[in-house]
Amino acid sequence: MKTVRIGAGLGFYGDAWEPIAASIERGGVQFIASDHLAELTLAILQKDRQRDPALGYARDVVPLLLRLWPLMQRHGVRFVCNAGGLNPQGAAQAVLAAFAAKGLKARIAVVTGDDVLPRLQGDAADFPHLFSGAPVQGVRERLVFANAYLGAAPIVQALDAGAQIVITGRVADAALFLAPAVHALGWTLQGATAARDLDRLAQGLTVGHLLECSGQGSGGNFGAQGHWQTIPDLAHIGYPIAEVAEDGSALITKAPGTGGRINFDTVRQQLLYEVHDPHAYHSPDVVLDMGGIRLDDLGQDRVQLTGARGRAPGERLKVVAGYRDGYKAEVTWGFSWPDAWDKSQQAQATIRTLLQERRVPHDELYVEHPGLNSAHGPLAPLPAADALNQLNEVWTRLVLRTPEKAAAEGFGRLFPWMGLSGPAYTCGFTGLHNVSELLGIWPTLVDRGAVEAGVTVELMGAPS
Amino acid sequence: MSRIRVPLARLAHARSGDKADWVDFGLFAWNAAGYAILEREVTAERVRAHFAPWLPGEVNAWPLPNILALKFVLKGALQGGGARNLRLDNLGKAMAAALLRLEIEVDAAELDAALNAPRVGWWGEA
Repeated sequence: MKTVRIGAGLGFYGDAWEPIAASIERGGVQFIASDHLAELTLAILQKDRQRDPALGYARDVVPLLLRLWPLMQRHGVRFVCNAGGLNPQGAAQAVLAAFAAKGLKARIAVVTGDDVLPRLQGDAADFPHLFSGAPVQGVRERLVFANAYLGAAPIVQALDAGAQIVITGRVADAALFLAPAVHALGWTLQGATAARDLDRLAQGLTVGHLLECSGQGSGGNFGAQGHWQTIPDLAHIGYPIAEVAEDGSALITKAPGTGGRINFDTVRQQLLYEVHDPHAYHSPDVVLDMGGIRLDDLGQDRVQLTGARGRAPGERLKVVAGYRDGYKAEVTWGFSWPDAWDKSQQAQATIRTLLQERRVPHDELYVEHPGLNSAHGPLAPLPAADALNQLNEVWTRLVLRTPEKAAAEGFGRLFPWMGLSGPAYTCGFTGLHNVSELLGIWPTLVDRGAVEAGVTVELMGAPS
Repeated sequence: MSRIRVPLARLAHARSGDKADWVDFGLFAWNAAGYAILEREVTAERVRAHFAPWLPGEVNAWPLPNILALKFVLKGALQGGGARNLRLDNLGKAMAAALLRLEIEVDAAELDAALNAPRVGWWGEA
């Protein structure tokens, strides 16, 4: 039976790319699919683009490809990524410019058409919040980006046309992986209605979901008391690889000699990650039901995946938009023994007094204690106050949420005087830091026909 | 029959992640005996009550016996989403561990059986 081997690239903008080399050299992969866009990444890229309109893409794709493209060429590996972010053209231009400087060549395809910001800003448009149902009018003036999640079809089109590198903007993460399977195995993608076709797509989508978070699919971030320590050699973790067969069944594995672990436990921990209803995991290409999935642990870092069931996708695509939602300013401060806890409490009270007396506009002063309760809030039981006062040190993180930039910028200036006139034995106060604009996320839906009609696939560069 | 209180951490492993303002959890038994306990004891209501002092919100739950797992989604848990959340754990990645703090009460013999049954996954040569 025909098979294709697809390897995981990055799991987010800034992830390590060194492990990809092992998948290319020893993992027998034909494709690397690389997910640079977490839900928040477009917010980061938007800030880049505000500074420089030529930016707005995940810039790590350039050094990644400079380092790995020669290796991919030698092994005949093709590369699919969504590093284009808000500016896929810009990403491709940057890669081609860097390649030209090094004498490298590649046929690159650029996928655009996911930007739906003008649509959401239109007067007549109705894009209620997917969860709350609130109308978009409340945030319309403050929207900074809005992108629909495209499916696998334009990537398949690019691969069919001979692209060696595909750069997209926002696409469903798993579509990056589903597309090479569809391309290589000749599956029916668009308009699939037969159960066999939909189940194969569901298998491909599951593979993508398992691989899209790089090392988290091979034992990274394994959350367990007393067992995480037994995941070997995370320093040299191998990213997951899927061997997908024509019938949709798939073997999840990783390159020999790499660290991490592929087993029943690590694979299913990733299977449910960032999924809501596991019987209706939506993508533009297929709706996945995980209820029949079987994960057979074959040992030696091999898990067989079967049993995913698919239904035809809906007529609308998910959109994630971001809107400006005020500012935060953050100060972190250490208080030492003795009476560290009481001093922290008094300093907090002092700051609240100043905020009130000076009428600093704010919605919230959020306080947490790194090292004591920042991970689990009140679910982490604190020692009694007298025991807290015996601690060597108590760190205090104060964050102001305010609609006004000036208030955020002034927050840090409320503190320095306490260096000489406040509680004794403090450390680590570095003044004003971390003033940043906050972005609210606005998930909604858009008519897919109208979006897909505007999707384009453009080939650039020369074949290597 | 003696009853024992145990935190989920002794019986299960977990991972959490974010989508907009929701935190989702996968909770995994190490074997079928452990899954029978989780499925019975760790209801949506129990998870909601566990997080209520901190993050009140609706909880949805789905059992997945095919992979010995439970899926939970805690709505409204991230102050509107990771990009506006003021917490250090703005994406809720540490919250799976907070779920593992949840204590359940089980029959001692049943617990013993679950703890001693072999794990399903391949964990390498000992």
